[in-house]
Amino acid sequence: MSNPSGRPLSVVGHRLPKVDAWAKVTGETRFADDLALPRMAYAKLLRAQHPHALIRRIDTARAAALSGVYAVITGRDFRPVRFGIMPVSQDEEPLCVEKVRFVGDPVAAVAAVDEETAEAAARLIEVEYAPLDSLMSIEAALREGSHRIHEYGDGHNIHKLVSLEFGDVEEGFREADLVREDVFFFEGNTHLPMEQHAAVAQWTPDGKLTLWSSTQTPHYVHRALGKVLGVPMSHVRVIATPNGGGFGGKSDPFSHEMVVARLAQLTGRPVKTTLTREEVFYTHRGRHPVLMWVRSGVRKDGEILALHFRTWLDGGAYGSYGVASTFYTGALQTVTYRIARYKFEGCRVFTNKPPCGPKRGHGTPQPRFALEVHLDKIAAELGLDPAAMRRRAVVPEHEKTVNHLTVTTCGLSDCIDRVVDASGWRDKFRKLPPGRGIGFAASAYLSGAGLPIYWNDMPHSGVMLKVDRGGGVAAFCGSIDIGQGSDSVLAYVVAEVLGVRPEDVRVVTADTDLTPVDLGSYSSRVTLMTGNAAREAAEKVRGTLFAAAAKKLEASPDDLDARDRRIFVRDDPGRALAFDEAARLAESAHGTLVAAGSYTPPRRAAKFKGSGVGPTPAYSYSACAVELEVDRETGDVRVERVWIAHDGGTAINPLLVEGQVEGSIYMGLGEALMEESAFRAHGLHKIPSLLEYKSPTTLETPEITTLLVETRDPEGPFGAKEAGQGPLLPVIPAVANAVYDAIGVRIDEVPITPEKILKALDLKTQGKPPRVGPERLPHVSFPDPIRVPPPWVDPEGRAAGAVHGKEPIRR
Amino acid sequence: MRTLMTLTVNGDRREVAAPVHRTLLEVLREDLGLPGTKHGCELGECGTCTVLVDGQPILSCLALAVECQASDILTVEGLAEGGRLDPLQQAFAELGAAQCGYCTPGILLTAKALLGADPRPDRDAIRAALAGNLCRCTGYTKILDAVELAAARMVAESAGEPRP
Repeated sequence: MSNPSGRPLSVVGHRLPKVDAWAKVTGETRFADDLALPRMAYAKLLRAQHPHALIRRIDTARAAALSGVYAVITGRDFRPVRFGIMPVSQDEEPLCVEKVRFVGDPVAAVAAVDEETAEAAARLIEVEYAPLDSLMSIEAALREGSHRIHEYGDGHNIHKLVSLEFGDVEEGFREADLVREDVFFFEGNTHLPMEQHAAVAQWTPDGKLTLWSSTQTPHYVHRALGKVLGVPMSHVRVIATPNGGGFGGKSDPFSHEMVVARLAQLTGRPVKTTLTREEVFYTHRGRHPVLMWVRSGVRKDGEILALHFRTWLDGGAYGSYGVASTFYTGALQTVTYRIARYKFEGCRVFTNKPPCGPKRGHGTPQPRFALEVHLDKIAAELGLDPAAMRRRAVVPEHEKTVNHLTVTTCGLSDCIDRVVDASGWRDKFRKLPPGRGIGFAASAYLSGAGLPIYWNDMPHSGVMLKVDRGGGVAAFCGSIDIGQGSDSVLAYVVAEVLGVRPEDVRVVTADTDLTPVDLGSYSSRVTLMTGNAAREAAEKVRGTLFAAAAKKLEASPDDLDARDRRIFVRDDPGRALAFDEAARLAESAHGTLVAAGSYTPPRRAAKFKGSGVGPTPAYSYSACAVELEVDRETGDVRVERVWIAHDGGTAINPLLVEGQVEGSIYMGLGEALMEESAFRAHGLHKIPSLLEYKSPTTLETPEITTLLVETRDPEGPFGAKEAGQGPLLPVIPAVANAVYDAIGVRIDEVPITPEKILKALDLKTQGKPPRVGPERLPHVSFPDPIRVPPPWVDPEGRAAGAVHGKEPIRR
Repeated sequence: MRTLMTLTVNGDRREVAAPVHRTLLEVLREDLGLPGTKHGCELGECGTCTVLVDGQPILSCLALAVECQASDILTVEGLAEGGRLDPLQQAFAELGAAQCGYCTPGILLTAKALLGADPRPDRDAIRAALAGNLCRCTGYTKILDAVELAAARMVAESAGEPRP
């Protein structure tokens, strides 16, 4: 591995342990629930048992009278201020005041001497409800006359409606050799991090609040706490503790964080709460259930002349990230294959289920499943090899897609080739014995959202560095390690630039008092964004070090290099200074050795409304083949082998990139075959436990072959893109396509359970179309689309109103 | 009502006064200041809270501390001996087998029991031994690799051969 100038790299590209690996294998890492402060009280939230009801009365007297109880609060103990992650969906209360919207909505809370007393007191709180309609499906929520869950949105229980058209899709359908329609459903599921959410709050007598929380987004929690509590943000400090897994489930500001803060203020004690596993299933903000309709027009060779995609999202009870989720169900279909014309209509509906939000792949695994299975059916209909058909259609590099998304590097062709070769695709597809099959799919994902969640012009990530007189380097950054290795990436990049070892770098992260803002561990943004900020900060410090060292070495700073804790003349490495000596010289000459770096993504959003979701500095690409066996008697699917090639740009640490890819495959297999959030008619989760909510164990996880395709993207630090989410995307459709290859049935709905397989086999035996999937679509009147000419007509991407004539078709 | 109990944890004899219904998990974490043992469900479903009692992996969320008084209890804090990491800890760190690290203590201890009983387990035996420990980060692959590496190193060391 070398940098663009050919200089060999000493840290980047090497298979190194994570900087926090030692703390994790010795049990030293302190997660939120591991914290204990003197005089600490324990909090418990009382949650609604009704999915939708007005709160008539809350009586806390018996709870407050229980021995050992310090405080009991309801929503009226907060200012009447709502919060939420998206500025357009400020619809949550710390504790519900007038109405509950899902089983699990918090209505009151207790602080007590210990957890048992807090639980006992919570049970003594009396809440009188007046039940409203229990709206547990999109159809029920849309039904005229049903109770409204929220008073805002784009229609009756409709949170968001989107309609966009890029070029004239009808023209594409007219020109096509084949027009095909399909309907798919992706059931909701949950992140299931092994660590339950936990938070500890402490107020000091000077009126300052510190909150330790298992959160992926300390900056947004900081903002929400300031707003809800009405205290200056300068007096609120949020420290994100290392997350015991997140996967998107710890990305919202949560009620329990507001509640412990308020209880700590009222009691004058530190207050902790840790959610039970059952509470995590309700709090989750998991994968949206999405119903999808897709119509495409293709040429005989598979070239896509027009694609029309509709999505209906079951959003659950609150907004959460839902507006972004809705756009994401339509945004990234276009960044894998050339698509000449594209239309997207999306609709998010409020229901009385726990609110959905972002889970690994945020809003894109559902449409990716639909698109890749749809393409598989098209390939079958046209008699084409589905891998070869995809290979021919791969997007060109350094161009814009029909919906104005800028592709930089794209290693998808290489990914496809490598998976085809490694898996023996050509010898297996349609050639395996009955009951065995192989399936193929490809995908793309963001390396960080191009725009922040709230509109502002500030950097998305900042890094401060300080060099000590002994040669130690401290790196301060708001990013939070959720297991993906962000602390390590920070140390690796700084170490590479300064020529020290990662173990010489002390990282201080995710503390809003001490560290510059990083927006959080979501949208696969941290390696690219924090990495770029770290590189800029380290290059500044290196400039100062080199200036001082050059004087001593009687050389030009431009001729110096840094490596292995030495600063030396590149062409005469014997002329060298130890790093710590250079640090002392630099501090003597220039003062305290500190520097800052920041990163803001390139402004690439087009002009049309809704163009803010989808842009990223660089897209990652993945291709995947899954080989499996189906037991026709039981319907059981056994995945035997997975091959995946991932273009995540330069692998800063290939070991950790592989780990992200393997974890993504595992999670994708769980979603494909077993994981689902299921609810009873009156709002209870059917399976809120780790035993009943099935997830793959060591026994269900197959051998995985991971192939890294390292494009060097100009946008990323040392060419890096992302690895944490993208590799999940192709796994699910590859499983569905492999099931078809194995037994000739189409399961157009995930999870692909044994029941569905047996049902499809039964249909096949009866001579009926062997397909299991959704049969009906809800009725929603989508508005007239915002019509945007493709970039080859209008590079700015301005909405064209009703005017759109003939447009040149890109071939 | 608290009962005085004597527990032997990581070789240390510790006295603690706790209610008899208190689980070993709670006593370790909250009374003995050993929060290295984690919890994922407190219902015996995920394996996260696994510790060794007389060398056997048990779910500390389902065990009563009062019943463990005659036993040797090993937690993740006791795995390293004299500042030297257990070969499993070393291999997990080197191979990236701990991502978020939350399930890691339970998996290390389950693997420790496996290698104690079977120094040369094949991959399927490792899969079987770890089937009760859920991990949501790694896809288990690097965990299986790390147990294999640790086993190979321990076998080589006891045979006086070079370290793999």
